[in-house]
Amino acid sequence: MKIPQMHIPDGFINAPVSVLFLAISAFFVFLALRGAKNQLDEKVAPLAGLAAVFIFAMQMINFPVAAGTSGHLIGGALAAILIGPWAGVLAVTVVLIVQALVFADGGLTAMGLNVFNMSILATLGAWYIFRFLQKILPKNRIGFLSATALAAYLSVPISAIGFTLQFALGGTAAITLDKVLVAMVGVHSVIGIGEAIITVLTISAVLSVRKDLVYGASNSKVSLIK
Amino acid sequence: MGEIQSHISVGIYEHRHNWFHELPSHIKIASVFSFVLVVVLTPGYFFQAHLSYALIVISLLIWNKVPLGLIRKRLIIEIPFVLFAFFLPIFGTDPRIDFFGLRLSEPGLWAGWNILIKATIGVMMSLILSSTTPQRELLVGLEKLKFPKLLVQIMSFMIRYTVVVTEELKRMAIARESRCFEAKGPKQWGVLARSGGALFIRSYERGERVHMAMLSRGYTGQLPLTTRQISSRQDYINGTLLPLVAVAVILIWSVFLK
Repeated sequence: MKIPQMHIPDGFINAPVSVLFLAISAFFVFLALRGAKNQLDEKVAPLAGLAAVFIFAMQMINFPVAAGTSGHLIGGALAAILIGPWAGVLAVTVVLIVQALVFADGGLTAMGLNVFNMSILATLGAWYIFRFLQKILPKNRIGFLSATALAAYLSVPISAIGFTLQFALGGTAAITLDKVLVAMVGVHSVIGIGEAIITVLTISAVLSVRKDLVYGASNSKVSLIK
Repeated sequence: MGEIQSHISVGIYEHRHNWFHELPSHIKIASVFSFVLVVVLTPGYFFQAHLSYALIVISLLIWNKVPLGLIRKRLIIEIPFVLFAFFLPIFGTDPRIDFFGLRLSEPGLWAGWNILIKATIGVMMSLILSSTTPQRELLVGLEKLKFPKLLVQIMSFMIRYTVVVTEELKRMAIARESRCFEAKGPKQWGVLARSGGALFIRSYERGERVHMAMLSRGYTGQLPLTTRQISSRQDYINGTLLPLVAVAVILIWSVFLK
């Protein structure tokens, strides 16, 4: 069995909060559009577009865990470290919108909620954690990959905290919040391990052959190749 | 065009003729979105209204001949939240009531029902939208709804290259298998991730090649649109039908139940 992705459906969070997060997400996407234009110029559309396809394809690879279950990548941290935070936000956002509109995968009114958790919190969050760790960890391959691992790991529970926040604001009052927080963060702390391993393995594979394509490595002068 | 389109297309669009299919996409997106918004706004305990919505959705599904297989697949996507909805009556807050011999939380039962019905209606409406609108039309619709042009462009690239990149992924899987690779557990993650890394490099390089090809054809950051849909007043009237019916459902039932 493949564990499906957690896309919040319509009606899970009430309408006012859904619309509020639609506005918040729209604001961040606007920032990302501006940031990516500065970073990539008129290259944004083809590169972010192909990055979106890549994230979408990565999510389709089944990583077997045990006893017939398999997981897959969420990809926020991977996108941020490979192509930069703003282009990463755009790529993950576009994956979510296309999934909802073309594949009917994800609720239309819940779009803002999902973009906020998976594209803004997970992708931007992972990027800032990664940047911070890069400063304090040794400037070599091990340090770089450790920063990647932690950023990818934390991006998953951070996303879950975003979900809990939305639930606190506009979810049902029929269950106490601490139960939701413990369950969501608990489950996602486990899922994060897989996310960290897959992200590190993928990025280290790219680093070994095309270091110049890894945005997160673009300012490091030391050799990150084995 | 038609033949090529059907060969390379991704997604779940099926070509048919009726006014819903032919509704200009920006009107259709707005119409479906506002219908779902009205459903989400309707309180869960308004049982009759939700059953009426469900009837509307079912008739739309039948009228537009949405295949059963697709409906089943979309319902599977909901599973994590269905589980959540089922746990609510068990772990929910007091008071407890007897429900078929079980002591369940009353607010939990209502909340679970609320989530189940709204999520199902929402996912079915998305399914109706995506199976009645070609992807290119969806993009034109988003642009008409004032989505940022750049975002629509990125989406058009994603839609255009999804088939190419996923075919590449399949070729990689065949190459792995022909070398007797079998993914059994986490031990094989390294190989899968290296395939992913290679896929990234290939996708990135493809992006650069596409960009060069576009520049050499005069690309300045704007994509020309080849089709311009003309929407008549009748289209706008048809488009407001769906949300109007939803509002009417609420009004009629509130009067009726008084």
